[in-house]
Amino acid sequence: MTYSLFRSLIVAMSLFMPLVSASYAVAEPVRKDAMVVEAPWARASIGTSRPSAAYLTIHNEGTSGDVLIGIQTSVAGKADVHTMTMTDGVARMGVAGAVEIPAGNKVELKPGGMHIMLMKLAQPLEKGKSFSMTLRFEKAGNITLTVPVLGIGATGPGE
Amino acid sequence: MKTVRYILWGLALLALVIAAGHQLSHFLGTDAENVDGFQPAFTLVNHQGDTVSEATYRGNWALVFFGFTNCPDICPTTLAELAEVMDRLSAESKEVTPLFISVDPARDSIEALTEYVSAFHPSIVGLTGSDKQISNAVSSFKAYFEREAQDSAPDGYTMAHTSSIYLMSPAGYFVRTFKYGTPPEDILEDLRGRI
Ligand SMILES: [Cu+2]
Repeated sequence: MTYSLFRSLIVAMSLFMPLVSASYAVAEPVRKDAMVVEAPWARASIGTSRPSAAYLTIHNEGTSGDVLIGIQTSVAGKADVHTMTMTDGVARMGVAGAVEIPAGNKVELKPGGMHIMLMKLAQPLEKGKSFSMTLRFEKAGNITLTVPVLGIGATGPGE
Repeated sequence: MKTVRYILWGLALLALVIAAGHQLSHFLGTDAENVDGFQPAFTLVNHQGDTVSEATYRGNWALVFFGFTNCPDICPTTLAELAEVMDRLSAESKEVTPLFISVDPARDSIEALTEYVSAFHPSIVGLTGSDKQISNAVSSFKAYFEREAQDSAPDGYTMAHTSSIYLMSPAGYFVRTFKYGTPPEDILEDLRGRI
């Protein structure tokens, strides 16, 4: 009796488990000391002739500020943080340069805000695949992440 | 027997008058709403290579968006939103045409546009043209774009552009804009109230 109950529980769990892991699309946070990088994702590209964008959230849980000074990835010859500003309904893309990550703060890169512009693509970014990207911080040093590629029209990490 | 036929003819005639009256009031209603509206005008080339004008899209509601295919952020999110609106409109989608007008004709050839718009939705029409045709089109919508030099962008430049979606009536009048980031539900609700 107990055994059959146990067995049906195992069966039920094994049926349920793959579903859970498959629907959990948001990448695990990557931590280095007090710096946590959350929910990275990139937009699929059409071929390699046009740029794409990557997004993530940087959480500085420490007590001193840090600065994101560079981004490197083998999929793009050039990767810079850009800003999007909206004035009188006109969207304008600018260069963010080094991005301050104040102590205890979260800096979110998201559509319509800041993005990592991926230029000179070495390969098309295909939905469902992922690639490696390294963020360089002034104090925390290098943090390497696996960035999942979502659809071309994705608006957030869970899509 | 004859009386029945007369009654039936009478009813048919009455139905016709009511239908015509409904159409007329519908038309007047549309016009009245756009007393202060304006009619944008343009001559551009669609992504199939045909020369088109504002008259090409008369009879349908049009959702017009300005952008460029090298835009990695605002443009894909807005086109994806238009795609979602078109999918969720189902049968009514036949009465709506989404138009994507390029503000970057130097890079947005007919081929580039085809590749780009078809990645989002088969109903989206990409429009490009000469520099002059583009600037005339954009100003006729009272919209704005500007080429801006930028070292950290492909080919050393980027385009600033109006980010709202423009709704045009079947008679070709400007109706309203939906500002960037308007949820698809809100656009759908507005359209369903009009179609
Ligand atoms: Cu950018």
